[in-house]
Amino acid sequence: MPDFETVIGLEVHVELKTRSKIFCSCANSFGGEPNTNVCPVCSGFPGMLPVLNQQAVEYAIMTGLALNCEIAEFSKFDRKNYFYPDLPKAYQISQYDLPICLSGYLDIELPGQARKRIGITRAHMEEDAGKLVHQGDITSTPFSLVDLNRSGVPLLEIVSEPDMRSAQEARAYLEKLRSILLFVGVSDCKMQEGSLRCDANVSVRPLGQAEFGTRAEIKNLNSFRALEKAIEYEARRQVEAIEDGETIIQETRTWDDDKQVTRSMRSKEDAHDYRYFPEPDLPPLRIAREWVARVKESLPELPDQAQQRLVEEYGLPSYDAGLITLSPEYLAFFDQCLAGYNQPKVIANWMMGELNRLLNQNNMEITQSRIKAHQLVQMLQLLDEGAISGKMAKSIFEEMFFTGKDAAEIVKEKGLAQISDQDALKPMIEQIVKENPKVVQDYKNGKEKAFGFFIGQIMRITKGQANPALVNQLLKEILNQQ
Amino acid sequence: MQLCQLTVHQLMDLLKSRDTSAFEVAQSYARRIGEVEDQVKAFITRTEDLALEQARFCDEKGVFSGLFGVPYGLKDIFCTRGVRTTAGSRILENFVPAYDATAAQALKDAGGCLLGKLNMDEFAMGSSTESSAFFPTRNPWDLERVPGGSSGGSAAAVAALEVPYALGTDTGGSIRQPASFCGIVGLKPTYGRVSRWGVIAYASSLDQVGVFSRDVRDCALVMNVIAGHDPLDSTSVDMERPDYTEFLQTDIKGIKIAFPREYFQEGVEAGIRSAVKAALKQYEELGAIVEEVSLPYSEYALPAYYLVATAEASANLARYDGVRYGLRDFSADNVVDMFSLSRARGFGDEVKRRIMLGTYALSSGYYDAYYLKALKVRRLINEDFTRVFEDYDVIVAPTTPTTAFKIGEQIGDPLTLYMNDILTVPVNMAGLPGMSIPCGMVGGLPVGMQLIAKPFDEGSIFRAAYAFEQHTEFHKMQPQLGVK
Repeated sequence: MPDFETVIGLEVHVELKTRSKIFCSCANSFGGEPNTNVCPVCSGFPGMLPVLNQQAVEYAIMTGLALNCEIAEFSKFDRKNYFYPDLPKAYQISQYDLPICLSGYLDIELPGQARKRIGITRAHMEEDAGKLVHQGDITSTPFSLVDLNRSGVPLLEIVSEPDMRSAQEARAYLEKLRSILLFVGVSDCKMQEGSLRCDANVSVRPLGQAEFGTRAEIKNLNSFRALEKAIEYEARRQVEAIEDGETIIQETRTWDDDKQVTRSMRSKEDAHDYRYFPEPDLPPLRIAREWVARVKESLPELPDQAQQRLVEEYGLPSYDAGLITLSPEYLAFFDQCLAGYNQPKVIANWMMGELNRLLNQNNMEITQSRIKAHQLVQMLQLLDEGAISGKMAKSIFEEMFFTGKDAAEIVKEKGLAQISDQDALKPMIEQIVKENPKVVQDYKNGKEKAFGFFIGQIMRITKGQANPALVNQLLKEILNQQ
Repeated sequence: MQLCQLTVHQLMDLLKSRDTSAFEVAQSYARRIGEVEDQVKAFITRTEDLALEQARFCDEKGVFSGLFGVPYGLKDIFCTRGVRTTAGSRILENFVPAYDATAAQALKDAGGCLLGKLNMDEFAMGSSTESSAFFPTRNPWDLERVPGGSSGGSAAAVAALEVPYALGTDTGGSIRQPASFCGIVGLKPTYGRVSRWGVIAYASSLDQVGVFSRDVRDCALVMNVIAGHDPLDSTSVDMERPDYTEFLQTDIKGIKIAFPREYFQEGVEAGIRSAVKAALKQYEELGAIVEEVSLPYSEYALPAYYLVATAEASANLARYDGVRYGLRDFSADNVVDMFSLSRARGFGDEVKRRIMLGTYALSSGYYDAYYLKALKVRRLINEDFTRVFEDYDVIVAPTTPTTAFKIGEQIGDPLTLYMNDILTVPVNMAGLPGMSIPCGMVGGLPVGMQLIAKPFDEGSIFRAAYAFEQHTEFHKMQPQLGVK
């Protein structure tokens, strides 16, 4: 049997954090009481008309430029028709054949691999639907409630080319896309809250085959991990099916995060005919080149630029620099540390090591941790002064991470300060040497273990706080005097 | 002479000179409605009490300008805050909006007194007001006949002196055709001239709000209040609104009038053709240059219209799903059945027919052959008109191929019924302004003449219409209704 290659394309929906919704003046905010951010327009009442939010268009332009897209001079909106209780007008205003952003790309980087360019087919604007609230499961609920707070929230759907070849690449693409969106500042990109949503088109083909296999579209991918796991599962499923002589059918599947499997939702035959046609209530969108130029001018530093800066100015490895530029807050943390502590590699190591470990373990964003950049700087200075050991530093860091206390305060509270005082250590060592004449003799006879015994004793008495280098030096001096 | 027999501008003069009060005017109309409404059946919802209250408020305010203190009626397609708005449909039978349509708000702000909501074909789909879910409206000239549609209630109410003026909407002729059948003035302004916000949509790219009145001056006065840019309607055009009364001149020497030969063919009743031809002669006598032109693509306007309009309608009417408002069928035990049963019960046959047509026209595999083709035809129709308007100020044609037909005569035959719009639909397809004014009588029934101008040139229409009116007596004809 031939080896198979996985082919992946992603469709990402991102909620734009404009102040108001895309077609009305309702607040665009997450988490309010049901049906409090609603009006006749976003509830689809008779006679209501959409008015396009200019900020949403500008955010789309910003995103498009950051993704190296062409910004269409002429774009339009279309109606996508389907009935669902969370879709008040029974059509979604979207963009069908003339999206605002076209043919861009972003670059991804996996450890130990060269950068890879992933194409972006298009990005188009549309309105979000509301939400249904069920009592328990959708199939058994006696009734469902409709919450239209989300109805009319501006979305940008970003469609990639089928350029990814592994779950890891797909994850790297989504992470990079997210970092770009965060740097540009157009979205919160919170997967749990649904402000960043991702569907994956997955197919497999024998290595060397030019044409694509039949794809399945996988929905309900609510985390980076789910994306990775779902693609791995789905690729395996398709390969096994092909090897069993089955034909892959084009279908929509959903990721079951509990069972870690994809399940069929509907086949292509059951797919909706959305009957797209131009939205007659909105004139076509003509985007002046001056506007695009102005937006381009005002774009902030983007992840790739920041990564390059980190590599060129501070000599960080490209991959490390890539990780530090995954979010603007993360990069800001680095830059702030650097302002007070001029050793970029040390900072980078702490961020990629302890900081990342704690963030991942606790499923947190850097903004949720309580540690501040100047506190890490202070801790690094204590380490340099020898006031704390490297081992202590790790536990102090963890404490700072959760409590936001200063390193010095933690050291003081816990009596963690390293004993670097000769006057304190010397009598202690002399006492132990005096109490163990036999071991001193062993040492003199050249037994290596004897030295280690004394170190162990001193560390035990000082609860590990003795400065190891100093203890080493003093112990040698005292033993040699015996 | 009763107050209800007066035109808007006559009422305004009396109010200004304090020879009457807004309350007296409203009372007169309320009385008239009480006397003739049983025969005409123009109203879905009567609000005489509201009108009297608003009139009392006007009198207290003591403002005597514009439409202050003048009553009016609204087609029941305009959302009115606190007043039931049905669009002539069961599905909205108990729908009470929390907002006023921009045009309705403008009249309210101008001191108008709302007498009620007027009958219409369901969701403005029809040419006879027989597809109203509630009852057909009768033509005041002959109670056995239809008033036209879809704004038949508005036309009949104005003709029957139940309201001095009314607003309607025109998607394919729904103002001009009933105005013609009822012997009054009906204007469909340029698409984008009057806000559609708060007007229940039938076909968004064609719907336009307009005016029914008893003479041309009244129409201009109402347009002065309702026309203009509305930031809430992205298709309304941001350009200055002229004072339409300034176009009301009797001198039309040198204006160029075109009459398209395609609008004077066999399908149009001979009596109507000769009435309009006589009107053209009159224009010549008034010093206008009158010439024949050709609008070759007009014959494709009707089929193209029935694709574009129904396609848009199929989406516009999808929101009536029983979830948030309107009729809901509670017998269903799942949401899909609830959608289906609510819509099956809530919509009438004509609405269902057009939703199906439109859904079909937009379906995958048919889109190019139907909807897209219709859009291309639409562009050709537009070019036809553009070419003519390079040389002419106004196009004059009959409004309808027949005079008012009998109730029940065509309702069973949709294709015949659709032919009513054949002379009016091209104007909607091109987004042009069009007005129907009375120009004769055939067999005791009014004949309408349609005046068409280029986009946003309602002024030329007003000028030509006013001049004709000033030199003729047709606008003074009133139907004789038995008064209880």
